[in-house]
Amino acid sequence: MPRTESDVRWVDEPRLGFWEQLYIPAMLDGLKTTIGHIFRPQVRTEQYPEQEPKLPGNYRGVHRLNRDEEGRVKCVACYMCATACPAHCIDIVAAPAPTEWQKDGREKYPETFVIDELRCIYCGMCEEACPVDAIELTTLYDLTGLSREQMVFDKEKLLSVFDQTTKAGTDPVRTRSGRLSVASETPPG
Amino acid sequence: MPTVYVNDKPVEIGTRKLNCVQAADLAGVFVPHYCWHEALTVVASCRMCLVEVGELKDGKLTMQPKVVPGCQTPVKDGTVVVTGEYAKRHPALPALPYDPGYTKGGQPGERAKKAQADTLEGLLINHPLDCPVCDKAGECKLQDFSFKYGRSESRMVDAKNTPPNKPHLSSKITLFTDRCIMCTRCVRFTREVSGTSELMVTNRGHHEEIDVFPGRPLENKLAGNVVELCPVGALGSKDFLYKQRVWYLKTTDGVCSRCATGCSTAVDHNKDIVYRVNARPNPEAQGHFICDDGRYGYHFANSTERITRPLLRADGATRPAPWSAVTPRLREAFDRAAAENPAGVVAVLSPFLTVEEAFLYATYFKGLSADVRLALGPVPVVGQDDTYPKDVRGNPVEPVRFTIRAEKCPNRRGVEAVLRHFQKDIVPFDAAAREGVAAMWFAGGYPDRDAVGADTGTDWKTPGLLVAQDLFPTVVTAAAGFVLPATSAFEKDGTFVNHAGLAQTFPRAVRPPVEVRTELQLAYDLLGRRGLVQAGAVRAELARAVPAFAGLAAADRPATGVRFALEMA
Repeated sequence: MPRTESDVRWVDEPRLGFWEQLYIPAMLDGLKTTIGHIFRPQVRTEQYPEQEPKLPGNYRGVHRLNRDEEGRVKCVACYMCATACPAHCIDIVAAPAPTEWQKDGREKYPETFVIDELRCIYCGMCEEACPVDAIELTTLYDLTGLSREQMVFDKEKLLSVFDQTTKAGTDPVRTRSGRLSVASETPPG
Repeated sequence: MPTVYVNDKPVEIGTRKLNCVQAADLAGVFVPHYCWHEALTVVASCRMCLVEVGELKDGKLTMQPKVVPGCQTPVKDGTVVVTGEYAKRHPALPALPYDPGYTKGGQPGERAKKAQADTLEGLLINHPLDCPVCDKAGECKLQDFSFKYGRSESRMVDAKNTPPNKPHLSSKITLFTDRCIMCTRCVRFTREVSGTSELMVTNRGHHEEIDVFPGRPLENKLAGNVVELCPVGALGSKDFLYKQRVWYLKTTDGVCSRCATGCSTAVDHNKDIVYRVNARPNPEAQGHFICDDGRYGYHFANSTERITRPLLRADGATRPAPWSAVTPRLREAFDRAAAENPAGVVAVLSPFLTVEEAFLYATYFKGLSADVRLALGPVPVVGQDDTYPKDVRGNPVEPVRFTIRAEKCPNRRGVEAVLRHFQKDIVPFDAAAREGVAAMWFAGGYPDRDAVGADTGTDWKTPGLLVAQDLFPTVVTAAAGFVLPATSAFEKDGTFVNHAGLAQTFPRAVRPPVEVRTELQLAYDLLGRRGLVQAGAVRAELARAVPAFAGLAAADRPATGVRFALEMA
């Protein structure tokens, strides 16, 4: 639909009055917060790394690839995450699923699944795009490596993040509060 | 002139015999359909093209009370077609005089719209929601139409039918049985176009399935077309299965280089790798379909065995060399050879070159000396022309709907036309090979390396100076002092002339490997011209120089897939 002049609403910058032009009330307002902190009793400094912070469950840290009940990779290699990824850091090679998986309706699986954790911007779009809740961002944030290659996580590494976080009980908050989409359900009968 | 009204818009159909879908298309209105295909018979089984139809006669409009399938309903003068998109028609169009008795049961278009939505709901009853793992997702008509014409939710509460997949259907094709919507396009294709009738429908009602007879798999040279015909993801190509998601693919118009039919193709590629070749309908060249030789015959371009950089032979071994060193040496060597014995210099131009490349090469070699001879490279011929349809025993049946030519090269006529412009008689390659010439430039580009070996024969005499340009190592490159890489038809911009003299211009789809220079660029460099070559400029030069190709200069050629019959001398 073409835009007409009537669709455009012009917004003017609010005019500054006398007090606003002085900037003194605004400065005093800021100082009030600063000085208030001096007299507040609790100490806010966290003693990292001796004391590790407790992060909220929806924190977006290192990715993990979830496993299904039988320990297989849950990912169906649909490339939704790779398509949604604004940093193009996900690289998947899909293949027909092994024959024994096919009785459960698994037709396609990722032969390789690689995330370049250095290229990733941790936006969580992959998690949001995933139709089977196979990729999730965990609360692991202290990601270190000695080379760029070490920071390129392959399928095994991403699955080990799943094992690690499940064991530690730091499962991320589910994207759809635990309810999976239709594609992840096993077919009836 | 017979006039048909589509959503109140008058369109003149002339003398053509059209159905409602085609007439609506003329008016710029798309009527969704699954089972109907221009090249196949009408069965009207999918019920997606339901439209409202009436007749305008003497200013009185009589509408039929029920919706009818548009694909099965012919239009004539005064036919009124109302589609589900009636509400989106241009507001300035004057409305036709719909009978109040008709509009009482719903405004025009409402019946069709509801019928289409109901049809889609029916089709989706047993269709699995496995779009994430389906290769068709992104180009699926069921997805597109559900989005555009369907409901957002399914009211189906019962368990869906989940018949088992049939990977045994064919060596190249697999059937995801549960995704099928029974449009029977594939069945009709094997009955009408390939004639081999391998596919059939078994069972009835919502237990209907596509199947083959046990022990009679879908194996014919046109079988790949059923995958392309399938509007949903039921039939999948094993060659392309799970290789790429279709939204990553970029499509470029191409011309198939695997036989002299010169089928128009759509080349799907991503990151300079060709992943799929589909048919591009072109009534002038081949119609709607392509054969499996062309469809699956793109792998040579992605092969790791290709020659990917210029090689110089010294003391029996080849060493890679940069183009900056090779090109001056080539020029120097041929300048000397042409000065010593011009009649002993032969340039072999293969029928895999485009006419532009052949023209620039011929210009260069004839520029060295008028006595330099031009030869046509080996023309691979395999068996006989293979025509379809066939009967169940494999015998051809008239009328022919598709021909796979025995001549397995795309541009023999084009290269011949160029060569004839420069010299009266074309030197056959095998004669030149046996004669033992002083210097030879062999511009190959054969996707099938055996094609060269078959023509050189056993009594091939290696020329003193041999430059071999080819895709793969062959008997000729094994003897050559200079081994140069060639480009495949996907990697160049040019024109092929098919068996019937139809010249089709196509753009480059993918970039060649980094160290590969196209034949056109190399010929341009040899001619001493500077900078990057523009195929369009060479084409214009060719059209000016060679009268047979004058038609290539026309600026008003259709933008996609140039079609004009080339007048051959």
